[in-house]
This record gives sequence, C-alpha cells and structure tokens, in this order.
Amino acid sequence: MRTIAFREALREAMSEEMRRDERVFLMGEEVAEYNGAYKVSQGMLAEFGPKRVIDTPISELGFTAVGVGAAQNGLRPVVEFMTWNFAVLALDQILNTASKMLAMSGGQISCPIVFRGGNGSAGQLGAQHSTAFESYFANIPGIKVVSPSNPYDAKGLLKQAIRYEEDPVMFMESEVLYGDKGEIPEEEYYIPLGKADIKRQGRDVTIVSFNKMMKVALGAAAELEKEGISAEVIDLRTIKPLDWQTILESVKKTNRLVIVEEQWPFASISSEISYRIQKEGFDYLDAPIRRITSADAPMHYAPNLAALAIPDVSRTVKLVKEVMYLKK
Amino acid sequence: MATKFSKETYLYWYELMQLIRQFELKAEEMYKMAGKIRGFFHAYIGQEAIAAGCMTATTPDDPFITGYRDHGLALSKGTSPNACMAELYGKATGCAKGKGGSMHFFDVKNKFFGGHGIVGAQIGTGTGLAFAEKYKGTNNVVLTFFGDGAARQGILHESFNLAMLWKLPIVFICENNNYAMGTSVERTSNVIDIYKLADAYEMPADQADGMSAEAVHESIARAVKRAREGDGPTLIEMKTYRYKGHSISDPQKYRSKEEVDEYKEQDPINKVIKTILDNNFATTADLNEIDTKISAVVEASVKFAEESPWPDDSEVLKDVYADASTPLTVD
Ligand SMILES: Cc1ncc(C[n+]2csc(CCOP(=O)(O)OP(=O)(O)O)c2C)c(N)n1
Ligand SMILES: [Mg+2]
Repeated sequence: MRTIAFREALREAMSEEMRRDERVFLMGEEVAEYNGAYKVSQGMLAEFGPKRVIDTPISELGFTAVGVGAAQNGLRPVVEFMTWNFAVLALDQILNTASKMLAMSGGQISCPIVFRGGNGSAGQLGAQHSTAFESYFANIPGIKVVSPSNPYDAKGLLKQAIRYEEDPVMFMESEVLYGDKGEIPEEEYYIPLGKADIKRQGRDVTIVSFNKMMKVALGAAAELEKEGISAEVIDLRTIKPLDWQTILESVKKTNRLVIVEEQWPFASISSEISYRIQKEGFDYLDAPIRRITSADAPMHYAPNLAALAIPDVSRTVKLVKEVMYLKK
Repeated sequence: MATKFSKETYLYWYELMQLIRQFELKAEEMYKMAGKIRGFFHAYIGQEAIAAGCMTATTPDDPFITGYRDHGLALSKGTSPNACMAELYGKATGCAKGKGGSMHFFDVKNKFFGGHGIVGAQIGTGTGLAFAEKYKGTNNVVLTFFGDGAARQGILHESFNLAMLWKLPIVFICENNNYAMGTSVERTSNVIDIYKLADAYEMPADQADGMSAEAVHESIARAVKRAREGDGPTLIEMKTYRYKGHSISDPQKYRSKEEVDEYKEQDPINKVIKTILDNNFATTADLNEIDTKISAVVEASVKFAEESPWPDDSEVLKDVYADASTPLTVD
C-alpha cells in the first residue's frame, strides 16, 4: 500500500489508461502547461506531450463538442471541466447529443467519453461556483454519474470509466477533497460502476451519502457511537446507476434511513432513494426516511450563510436522533 | 504644452485610480494576513486606467457590467469603499448584503450590474441590458467588460451578431491583460488581435492603450457617441496588464518577473502623475494629500467592515424569489 492524495489517484488513473491505450487523451482548460487548475494533471504534459494533454481556450461548449465528436469517431476522451459549474455551458452537447447518440442512431454510435472535474461547494465561492450537479446529470437517460469520496475509490472508478464504459460518464470530484490522502495498492485495480460501498457497519440506522458529504456522514456516525447509537454508513460512489439494493439490504437490518447530500432538495438523489426504498422496503421502515441536503437557495458568500447552506455533522446527528425517536 | 484633458480630469483620474489600487492592496492584505476575506479574489491592479477613462467618457446613467474582476469598476461607478470592503468580508452592510463576495459586487442604484463569475456570460447579459435601454427609449449606453479569455466563448459571437442586427447601444470592452489564468492570448486562438473579432459582423472596432486613461477615454468616447446616435455597438480591445496573479492563489509560473516589471514601467497612475506634475496641475504635496485622504477612506472601510454585523442566519433562505412568500423546499 501507498498513501497518495486524491489528485494523485486521479492522475494515476488517467496516466495508466493513457499508457495502455493511445485513443485516450485529456483535454480541458489549464490541464497541460499550467499542470491543472487544481494540479490533478501535474506532469502529464511532460509525459504524454501536447497531442494527448491538450489545453483549450475557455470554450466549454466548443471543446465538449469536440470531445463528443471524437468519442463517436473512435477516440476515448477525458474532458476536464475546471469545475462542473462551467459544464452547464456545454449541457447541450452532453444532453442533446452525447446522451442520445446511441438511441437516435439505433445503437450504431456510442459515446465513450469521461467528463470530470470539481463539483459542489468549496468554501465561500458564492452562488455561481458552488452547485452540486449529480442530480442534474443523473436525471438524463444514457448518462452515468460517479461521485467518489476518497482516493482509492476515485482511482478504481476513473480507470473503469475510461477503459470499460462505452457511455458518457460524469465523474464528479471536489476541490476540497483533492488534497485528501488515502491508501492505494501497488497493483492495478478497477472498481465497477454501480456498486455502493459500506464504509462503516452498524445496526441502528443507515446513513447514505457520497462525495465530500461522506465526511459528514462518517463524522455523524462517530458522534452517534459515543452515545451508543450504531450507524451503518453507505457510500454510493456511483449515483447512476443507483445501487439501491445495497441500501435496501442495510435498511432491512436497521429499519431507519437518513440521506446526507449536497444537492438542492427538489428532485435530488435523496428524493430518488426515498422513493425507491419506500417502494421496495416499506415494511422494513420503522420511521419516515429523512434527509439533509443543501438549502433550497443559491449559495451565499458570507461565512455563516455558506456554512448553514450545506449539511454538517451536528444537524445530521440531530436528524438521526429524530429518526430514532430519541428526542434531545 | 497643452494637455488633452482638463486639470480636473487628470486629478479625478489620479484620485480614482489611487482609490482602486489602495483599496485592493488593503483588501489583499486583509485576505492574506488577517484571513478576513475568503473565496476567490481577483485584483484589478494595473488595469485601473480602463475604469478611469470609461468613467470620464460616460454618464452616471450608463450601465456597466463586468466579470469577477469587479472591484475597480464598482468603486468607479460610485459604490462606497465601505460597502465594497464589507462585501469582501461578507458582512450585511456589503453592496450585496454579504451574499456576493469579491466576484459578485452589485450596485444597481449606481448602474453597476455586477460582478459575474461565469466567464463570458456578461457579454450576453450586457447585450440584454442594452436591448432594454433601446426598448425603453433612453439615451443610455451599456459598457460591457470582459477578458481576453472570455473572448473565446461562443456567446461573444451570438451577442455581437444580435447587437449589430438590432443596433444596440453597447460598447464591448475586452480588457486584454494578455492572460486567462495561465494561458496567454497566443495560445487561445489564431486571431491574436481581439478587436478583429468584430470584423465578421462588420462591427466597428478599435484597439486602445489600456494603460493610458487618455487613450481609453478617447476610444470609449467615440464608441459611446456612435451608440448614443443610434449607430449600434463597438468592440474595443484595451491592451492592458494585471500586476497581480489571476487570483490570490496563483503562483504565476507562466510569466517572468521581468515581463511584469516591463509593464509596471507603463504604470497608468505614474503616467497621470507625470502629466499633473509637468503641467503644474498640482504639486507633489497636493498629491500626497490626496493619498492621505484615500488611505483614510480605505482604513475607514476596514473599520466599517470589521464593525458591521454578519447577515442574519435567516438570510440563507432569502433573496431566492422576488415574492418572498414563495414556498421553498424545507425538510
Ligand atoms: C465558463 C467558465 N469557465 C472557466 C472559468 C474559470 N475561470 C475563471 S477566470 C478564468 C480566466 C479568464 O480570463 P480572462 O477572460 O482573460 O479574464 P481576466 O481574469 O484576465 O480578467 C477562468 C478560466 C469560469 N469562471 N467560467
Ligand atoms: Mg485576461
């Protein structure tokens, strides 16, 4: 085992796949000469050269379209968005072209492309730099959405997406996780998409989360343990396809479910999970499914408002106690 | 030697540019040393002549809209240093109630329409502001500012076409400071002279020395006149330079110290000082007095920001809908 940072795990995933397969290339703003706005692609230009590590102008719609076209014509692009906030300029290409190619062409043309970048809030960045986009993209048929919480999962999932996925994959990272360290095996590994991972075993309540909100979920579980409450924490890792079976199995055991996510609440990932679990597991539930999401508002800049806008440990602990009917 | 502009104009330029610079230097200090300001922070330092020349070539009723490098233009349009510093702190007394931060200054009373974080977006939004001015039959002209990097967004082309098609009263101002983060202009296009992008739409265009308030004023005045007379938009490429990194966290490995120093020799404030002194518009002592006044204003803005309250926690769910009774999703 080695201990490396999240950004290095992503870099290893891309570099290993680029060494294996000439068709894989990386494109995006500041990915080459600047070595990445968040240093994910550090050193990749030096190794692979400008043909395969490509700086673009600030033209999200244009270079996304180039990636989508290239993917239809035999290449396997990895396109970096400096953050996902800027991907919405390219939503047309993702939604109206990439996601629909296979259907429209009657199965002739697939679109094996990975879009990746930082997602969600990252401190006090204000309304336009803080949106969490998992639910937006997960709503689109034909799109897969991955949102890992740690370096190990990130590397295995990204390698899988680049090498084996024939459909567009939205790979959502987080600016505030890039520096996080984690253990990675020496040998090569892949993690299949669509499999959640139980990060902590427990009996009394199930907490489901993903990406940086996993820290809140695990933090809450640690707090709850001090009070004798045993929380099982599930890391979705892949948002779409959604591994609701793993959640259901856990709920069968705990009979209680709390979801912690950074999405806005309306039509979010927690909405989807809640629907699925009440449908498939109604008889196992001892309490209503509850969730904690971002506030239903654009994120404001002020430190107190930014902190209140996203889930935190103390409010999650409180919510779990409500679900357990432990009023305090 | 006769000067192109009046004594008052040069002194106004001096005071405004010094205010912007001293304000930002102080704010940067409060960010780095004191940790009072967070998030992205993009300094305008080096580019002040553009704000100065645009101000004297327009009226207070002419709307301005820009990107996230917005402190200088907000101060120019008359947003108080107190409200600006408080916004940087995230205080309730800020020009956006502490909700916007550095990138999102707004002051509609003074016709400052922000402060936008999505590169290039304001090129289109500014075109819409101009559409409204024409629709309402005002005589106002919109100044829309964007960077050299933003010039590579597709929205520029759609906006140029619409503005020409409908002869909208707008001046598109590309503040070409030669870099978009770490990417120099040469690395973004085959067309390095950004003003030429207007050619495809037969839009009048100009390239001006953005390090000279005089040159900025002259080119903007021509474009504003044309717009007021109903002849539509102009693109002006201002050749300028930012002395600071893209944002506070930029290590600036993409350029040399020599390059930065070379541009500092053309400093817009020093140019105005020279004109003022050469023409006896003021003495060094007079200028020092202005500096002292400005530094008091800047210090006062810090004190104001420090002493101001945070927004109330309930603000998290406010300013979402104009009709505040609209229900939000609250669990
Ligand atoms: C659509 C979009 N893409 C990327 C970014 C990230 N970003 C912020 S500023 C910037 C560089 C812009 O450079 P330029 O337009 O030259 O303006 P300057 O910063 O030099 O004033 C980039 C890439 C963004 N905010 N919005
Ligand atoms: Mg620039």
